[in-house]
Amino acid sequence: MSKGHSSSKRNQTILSHIVLSSLSLLCLLPFYWLVATSLKADMQVHAMPPVWFPHPIVWENYPKAMVYIPFLHYMKNTIVICVSSVIGTVLSCSLVAYSFSKIKWPGRDALFVLVLATLMLPGQVTMIPVFAIFRWLGWIGSYKPLIVPCFLGNAFYIFLLRQFFMSIPQELSDAAKVDGATEFSIYRMIILPLSKPALITVGLFTFIGAWNDFLGPLLYLNDDTKYTLSLGLQQFVGQHGQEWQLLMAAAVVMVVPIILIFIFAQNWFVKGIALTGIKG
Amino acid sequence: MAKQIIDKNLQRPKKSKAARRNLFNGLLFASPWILGFIVFTVYAISASLYYSFCRYDILTPPHWIGMKNYTRLLTDDVIFMHSLWNTMYMVIFGLPIGLVLSLALSLLLNIKVKGISIYRAIFYIPTLVPAVALATLWMWLLNTDIGLVNVLLSKIGIAGPGWLNDPAWAKPALIMMGLWGIGGSSIIYLAGLQNIPDHLYEAAELDGANSYHKLRHVTLPMLSPIIFFNLIMGLIGSFQYFTQVYIMTNGGPQDSTLFYALYLFNRAFVDLKMGYASAMAWILFAITLVCTLLVFKTSAKWVYYEGHTNE
Repeated sequence: MSKGHSSSKRNQTILSHIVLSSLSLLCLLPFYWLVATSLKADMQVHAMPPVWFPHPIVWENYPKAMVYIPFLHYMKNTIVICVSSVIGTVLSCSLVAYSFSKIKWPGRDALFVLVLATLMLPGQVTMIPVFAIFRWLGWIGSYKPLIVPCFLGNAFYIFLLRQFFMSIPQELSDAAKVDGATEFSIYRMIILPLSKPALITVGLFTFIGAWNDFLGPLLYLNDDTKYTLSLGLQQFVGQHGQEWQLLMAAAVVMVVPIILIFIFAQNWFVKGIALTGIKG
Repeated sequence: MAKQIIDKNLQRPKKSKAARRNLFNGLLFASPWILGFIVFTVYAISASLYYSFCRYDILTPPHWIGMKNYTRLLTDDVIFMHSLWNTMYMVIFGLPIGLVLSLALSLLLNIKVKGISIYRAIFYIPTLVPAVALATLWMWLLNTDIGLVNVLLSKIGIAGPGWLNDPAWAKPALIMMGLWGIGGSSIIYLAGLQNIPDHLYEAAELDGANSYHKLRHVTLPMLSPIIFFNLIMGLIGSFQYFTQVYIMTNGGPQDSTLFYALYLFNRAFVDLKMGYASAMAWILFAITLVCTLLVFKTSAKWVYYEGHTNE
C-alpha cells in the first residue's frame, strides 16, 4: 500500500517534470529562433522547410546591423538615460518615502492616499499637458523630459520603499534622535544602509523601465543622434523590414544586457516581486 | 493639580516646536513628490480637462469650443468607435485567457520538484524583453509564409492564417504574443500561493477533499485578492496597449489593431488635434474608472480577505 503510494508520487513528479520542461522549451523557442536567425545567411533565413541550425554561422550579421544603424552610439545614449533615471528615482523616492514613513506630520497620511491615487491615473490624461510644458520649457529634443521627472519621485516606488522603511524598527531612529541626529543624518546613516535590498530593487526596475521605454523617447527625441536603442530598433524595422537576420541581431543586442542583469541580480528580482506581492 | 497645569503650559511651546519641525522636515523630504504632483498631476489634469473643451494644435493657444469634441467623438467618429471595440475585444478575450493561463502556470510552478527555480526563471524572462524587441521578434515569428508559428502549425497539418496581415487574425495574434509574457503575473500568483498556510490544506484533506475541492475551496479563495489585483492591472493595461501595435501594424490591417491608445496618440501627435485627443483621454479615464468600480463592486462577492469574513 505504502509502496504504491510512493510510486504514484514518483509518477507525479515525473509527470510534472515532463509538463514543465515541455512548456519551458515552448517558452524558450522564440529566444532560440531569435538567436538562430541572427546567425543565418540570408538564403537560410528564407529557406523552406526552415533551417534549425544555422550553417555556416554568420557572425557578420552583427557588425553589419551595427553599421546600418549606429547601435553602439544609441546604446551609450540609452545608458546615459538609464543611469540618470536610476539616480533620480532612487534619490527622490527614498527621500519621499522617508517622509511618509519616518516623520510624523499632520496631513501625511491623507497625502499618501493621493500618492496611491495617482497610480490609477492613465498616462494619456496627463500626456498632452506634460508635453506642452516641456515644449514651453524648450526641452523637446533633449534628455531632460526623460530624466528630470525621475527626480520628482514615482508613486509606485515611493509606495514600495515606504513599505520597506516601515519595517525598520522606530527605536533605531529614536535612539539616534536622542543623540542629537538630524532627520537627514538618520535617513543617510541608518535608513539607507538598512534598505539596500529595496533600493537595489527599485534601481533595477527603474533601469529596465528606462531601457525598455519607447513612448517617452518617441515623444521627446527628434534628432537621431540622440536616439535610444528602442527608437533605433524601431527605425531599423521601418527601413530594413525584410532583412530578418539583421533585425534579429539588433534585437539580440537590445535584449541580452537585460537578461544578463536578470541572471546576475535574480535574488533582487525575487525580493522586488515579493514586495509587489504585498500589494496584491 | 496646579503643578500639572503649569507643567502642561511649559511643555506646550516645546511640543509645538517639535511638531513644527516635523512638519517642516516632512514637507521638505516629500517636496520632490509634492512639486511633481503639482506640475505633472494637478496642473496637467486641469489643463487636460480644459483642452478637452478646446480646439488646440499646441502651436497656437487653445480655442474654447465647448462640448464639440465630446459630441463628435460619441456620435460622429466611426474610427473612434472602432478603436473602442478593438480595445474591448482585448479586454473580453485577451484578459481572461491571460488570467486563467497565468494562474494555471503558477500552480505548476508551485509544485516542489528539483530545479523548480530554473523553470520559474525561464517563464519570467520573456516579460523582460523590451517592447520594441518583442514586437520585432514576433513580426518575424508571425510572418505568414516563413514565420516559425505557421511552420510549426503546418507540421501538425494546420494551414496557419495570415496573422498580422489578416484583419480577422491580427488581434488573436497579439493575444498569442501576450501569452508569451504571462510568467510575470504567474510569479505574483506564486508569491500568494506560497503564503497559503499548509494547515488549510491539511484540514481540507481531513474532511476528505480531493485536488479539485482544494483548488476550488482553498487555493482560489486565498488567491482572490491577487486575482483581483491582476484583473485591475490588466484592465488598465489593456487600455494603454500601444508600443507593440505602433511598431508591428500601426493599426492595420483595415484598422483591426487600431487600439484606443494608438488612435489617441495619432490624433494628438500626428494630426495635432490635441483638444480632441484630450477629450479621448477623459473618456478613457471614465471608462477605466467605471470598469474598475464595477470590478470593485462585485469583488465583495468573490474576493476573500483574511480577517474580514465569517462576521
